[in-house]
Amino acid sequence: MTLVSGWGRFPVVDSDVLRPRSFAAVGEAVSAGTVARGNGRAYGDAAIGATRTLTMTGFDRVRSFDPATGRIRLEAGVLLSDLIDTFGPRGFLPFVVPGTRFVSVGGAIAADVHGKNHHCEGGFGRYVDSLLLRTGQGEVIEASRDENSDAFFATVGGMGLTGIILEATMRLRPVETGWIRERVISASDLDAAMRALEAGDAATYSVAWIDCVARGRDLGRSLIYLGEHADRGELAEGADAFPVGQGSRLSVPVDLPSIALNRTSVRAFNELYYRMGARRAGGSHVVSLYPYFFPLDSVGGWNRIYGKRGFLQHQCVIPQAGARAVLGEILDRVARRGDASFLAVLKKLGQGDGILSFPLPGYTLALDFPVKGDILNFLDEIDRLVVAAGGRLYLAKDARQSRATFEAGYPALRRFNAIRKSLDPAGNIRSKLSQRLFDEV
Amino acid sequence: MTSRKSVLVLGGSSDIGRAAARAFAKAGYDVALAGRDVAALEPDAADLRARYDVEVGLHKFDVLDTASFESFIGALPALPEIVISIVGLLGVQADAESDLAHATAIMRSNYEGPALILGLFAERFLARGSGTIVGVSSVAGDRGRASNYVYGSAKAGFSAFLSGLRARASRGGVHVVTVKPGFVRTRMTEGMKLIGPLTVEAPVVGDAILRAVENKTDVVYVSGKWRLVMLIIKTLPEAVFKKLKF
Ligand SMILES: Cc1cc2nc3c(=O)[nH]c(=O)nc-3n(C[C@H](O)[C@H](O)[C@H](O)COP(=O)(O)OP(=O)(O)OC[C@H]3O[C@@H](n4cnc5c(N)ncnc54)[C@H](O)[C@@H]3O)c2cc1C
Repeated sequence: MTLVSGWGRFPVVDSDVLRPRSFAAVGEAVSAGTVARGNGRAYGDAAIGATRTLTMTGFDRVRSFDPATGRIRLEAGVLLSDLIDTFGPRGFLPFVVPGTRFVSVGGAIAADVHGKNHHCEGGFGRYVDSLLLRTGQGEVIEASRDENSDAFFATVGGMGLTGIILEATMRLRPVETGWIRERVISASDLDAAMRALEAGDAATYSVAWIDCVARGRDLGRSLIYLGEHADRGELAEGADAFPVGQGSRLSVPVDLPSIALNRTSVRAFNELYYRMGARRAGGSHVVSLYPYFFPLDSVGGWNRIYGKRGFLQHQCVIPQAGARAVLGEILDRVARRGDASFLAVLKKLGQGDGILSFPLPGYTLALDFPVKGDILNFLDEIDRLVVAAGGRLYLAKDARQSRATFEAGYPALRRFNAIRKSLDPAGNIRSKLSQRLFDEV
Repeated sequence: MTSRKSVLVLGGSSDIGRAAARAFAKAGYDVALAGRDVAALEPDAADLRARYDVEVGLHKFDVLDTASFESFIGALPALPEIVISIVGLLGVQADAESDLAHATAIMRSNYEGPALILGLFAERFLARGSGTIVGVSSVAGDRGRASNYVYGSAKAGFSAFLSGLRARASRGGVHVVTVKPGFVRTRMTEGMKLIGPLTVEAPVVGDAILRAVENKTDVVYVSGKWRLVMLIIKTLPEAVFKKLKF
């Protein structure tokens, strides 16, 4: 048994951790209470088996690649960082990337991750054509939109609960360069931020960084980042078409004491961040894809900033219609509390693809909180606002929502469970998350 | 036929072997992978072709079958520019203490086989007047430790072989690199307690091998910290060393 946790380092639980070396070994390793784990970037308990966790990052081979179409077949443990470094210089990038590139293809499919382009291009699963899935029952099946389509749509966004993804065939996006033409807009309050995101609907990429310490008239003040793939003609003379991805230049070597993150330091950081960004607002400029998509990746192990006890991310999505009022209320409560995260992220989402995919047309807000004091009660209150507005929480970030919140947010759960049951009648595939939220006990 | 540079990796299916093959393929080398089980190497060959659009050849090679070495080299379609030996067997020290067959397998896999095959390549490279030989040895060869001296002594022999070969071959235009990776998170070390800050992932070793070849480095400790650690360990007086538990 090993102590395991997700990226948020809460909860920390015991699990048997195995690292199979062959697909046959994967099959042998599945026993009652097993789930796959990619690179452990889910925040909570999604990638921890009820009793046994199978680490998949050793499966990192590309099977085939067609440079004419960008179609690629690969093993599920390949990291997006590896894909970007390998195929970026050949003119191809993943269609969808989350806020860190250190996630595996399997993890990206299982969470149907969204990027800054979800509002117009959808999620990771949209670019997956087929999957090789090892079900809980022990079969290895190929699933696509036409073949075993129930298994396909339950696996995309299914948080690993339909079985172990072994391989996937997906499409990569042809790009001329690895640079992004970025435009920064500063918004003085929440209304302005939402207007700017609406106006940015036509942009391929859009996201807002909200200062969640600002209150009163400044509530919701933010910086909106719009982006487009730059073509060669937009690059500075002599610039490489593909920028070099730096490793982490900084890293947080030890857990910081909890006092490091307090009202004053967070307020100062947010003030500085907002002012520096506001100065860049207006015109557009070309930036490397790395800082544009993965601003946090340049600080290795930044999850240690929150101290030993870990932290929680609260990411909800609120349907378009009621979004303004609820987001205002949440941000106000968070600002009044004062101990919230550094920056909050606000972005628009479109329709999700998988049966259990998180996205729905509306706004998603992501906030970080250190684990301390009455935070669990506070988040329960926020959840009530989310549920009342017809919203839901993102399972890849969750470590604590109640069954009631989950069931209210995911009405397709019944259908998902029926498919799960048909793939795994004995119920072998189980994670700590599924035990907490789905499985009858 | 391409006129690209080529590298032969002996022990191609090991984690470090795969990482080295990727590093060289990424840098534009055509690659030949050699190992006991050629079919098991197919997926790695496909991976290299898909990623880097290079030529990849597969060859059967068993480091314990020294009688086949001459014909192995003779059967290669061309003499590579670079040959890397990553072959090795950690084994289990406790077993090797009483099981002669196991001890022999460790000694032969880490010293006899790698030294003999690289020695044969050295002769051909010297005849051609160019080439690079890379031997992956181990910090374990720098000083015998109670916990793994059978393995360590074989690696010590291999390191000594490489340094002697380097001295001789350098006059003939052939470069020899000794790589001492320290702790690497691989199949070999799975389940072992490794010291976090001294441990690297296989790709770091792959990149270090490529750099050592291109920069003509003689001895590489993959993580700089190891050079210091081993300097200390090597200079501890025997009276002190024998009391240490590790
Ligand atoms: C800094 C940061 C920024 C992030 N930004 C975003 C973002 O912008 N958008 C977004 O959508 N997400 C975001 N995330 C969340 C992250 O993208 C997801 O949690 C993703 O699933 C992590 O992938 P992983 O490979 O680390 O998987 P893990 O965390 O190891 O696992 C996640 C889930 O995938 C399942 N899984 C993994 N591999 C397999 C497999 N081979 N077969 C079956 N199931 C599998 C696991 O069971 C688990 O349910 C962010 C995370 C971090 C740390």
